[in-house]
Amino acid sequence: MGNRTTMKGTESKEKLIRLFLLATALSAISILALISVFIFTEGLPIMFRHGFKKFLFSLDWYPTEGHFGLLPMIIGSLMVTVGAMIIGVPLGLAGAIYLTQFSSKKVRMVVKPMIELLAGIPSVVYGFIGVVILVPFVRENFGGPGFSVLTASIILGIMILPTILSISIDSLMALPPAYREGSIALGATEWQTTRMVLLPAARSGIIASIILGMGRAVGETMAVIMIAGNATSLPRTILDPVRTLTSNIALEMGYASGEHRQALFATGVILFIIIMVLNTVANLTSRKMSR
Amino acid sequence: MSLRLSPRKEQAIVRRLLFGLTALSLFILAFIIFFILRHGLPVISWKFLTQNPIETGKEGGIFSTIIGTIVLIILALVIATPLGVGTAIFLTEYTVEGSLTRIIRFGSECLAGIPSIIFGLFGFILFVTKLKFGWSILSGSLTLAFMVLPTIIRTSEEAIKFVPQAYREVSFSLGGTKWQTVSRVVLPSALPGISTGVILSIGRSIGETAAVIFTAGSALRLPTSLFSSTRTMSVHFYILAREGISLSKAYGTAAVLIISILLINVITYYLMNRFLRKYT
Repeated sequence: MGNRTTMKGTESKEKLIRLFLLATALSAISILALISVFIFTEGLPIMFRHGFKKFLFSLDWYPTEGHFGLLPMIIGSLMVTVGAMIIGVPLGLAGAIYLTQFSSKKVRMVVKPMIELLAGIPSVVYGFIGVVILVPFVRENFGGPGFSVLTASIILGIMILPTILSISIDSLMALPPAYREGSIALGATEWQTTRMVLLPAARSGIIASIILGMGRAVGETMAVIMIAGNATSLPRTILDPVRTLTSNIALEMGYASGEHRQALFATGVILFIIIMVLNTVANLTSRKMSR
Repeated sequence: MSLRLSPRKEQAIVRRLLFGLTALSLFILAFIIFFILRHGLPVISWKFLTQNPIETGKEGGIFSTIIGTIVLIILALVIATPLGVGTAIFLTEYTVEGSLTRIIRFGSECLAGIPSIIFGLFGFILFVTKLKFGWSILSGSLTLAFMVLPTIIRTSEEAIKFVPQAYREVSFSLGGTKWQTVSRVVLPSALPGISTGVILSIGRSIGETAAVIFTAGSALRLPTSLFSSTRTMSVHFYILAREGISLSKAYGTAAVLIISILLINVITYYLMNRFLRKYT
């Protein structure tokens, strides 16, 4: 009898533990839901009040006078992100290809974590390096104020390089060795093998890495504030200053109140939607790969 | 290509190009670290590390910001580690792959991709204003905890998966229950791997600025309670640099940040390798 009750005791204890673990497992998705709810309830009402069109397509951002046009910031984010891709994708992919196909395992084991270290350097440090080195360099050599789309693109490109490199390496390494061996056995060079066999086979992983890199570039805040110049006008050349969605929030959050603050949350809503779309696409492409 | 090269020649050129680009990436890394350390190391002294900032950081050291950083991160980890490890245990030991695990993983992956400024906005509206914690250690560490949760989930899950199936089978065959097996066999074996994730989260938190500045504030005094506002090293560095308060103190703070991050990376790399070698 006594034995049976303890058996029952352990059984219900086990059930309780399972329930508890399930609760913790739901934490991430609940936090995600909580964040969406708060950002949207703070940001959507003002968008409804003034009309989505005005938020998305107006060029005037005078938040204290009730003009909440986010178009310059949307275009700003787009420009620096595209710029960052132009810098970061070739560097990241070249590194991934070199380290998986042309270098020894020893070199890869040392170089990969070193480049991943770039991801650990705080974004404020990147911003600072940008201010003291790149901004004066761009100003003296290319003209303009130095705080510009170009400067921000270069720094952001360096910041997303480790993401692209590290995920691309993983997806190239995950390919069956037979792909490479078969192609080499047919007389192809390593580069032909990489270009015609390995890169197409690892395509979805590489695309996912690029999209994740894009997400990082769109979402980066502190580095961009320090080097992009933050003007709310539309940049005409890549040497003009620019303000991104993220910097718009961070620059004005400190003192904004009332509708102005709500407009910053509306900026957050747009940013949030862009990021979620990128995340979902990256998620789906990398799932396709694992299948 | 109009100019036809022999495959061998083409490969030789591509190889050099790829090598050059990889070397460039490494050079950028080395340059950033070297540049910050060269200007920052001379500023670092015992006094710099143990004295509070004077005149908003123009004089004195960075002691209160070091304490602020440490307190904030410890509290964030105390909140995030049980949640993350619990999630990992549930995913690996208590359920089979299905729509539930897919939802949980999707949540974690999306959370990992959310920019820190969004976390900052969220923490500001929920913890600072709605729950009235104010700019405080509590608001800051809750926000940080949410940010690092995906890292802890992912690394713990991988660590637990590395524990050989035979360990579990032996425990079950000896009459161990599921929880006994998990708590006494699986978790202790996975501990080094799990700690890697925790240390990685420390690295990420040290450099975090956008999420922290809007939730923990930027007070320079030493914190006295969970509800005191505090300033982390990276926030301090940002303010020093952006407001042009003191370039040399900014370099010093940046050097301390870089050294901490280098240390953390070396430790995680070492731990991870030792852990992997044990099971593979």
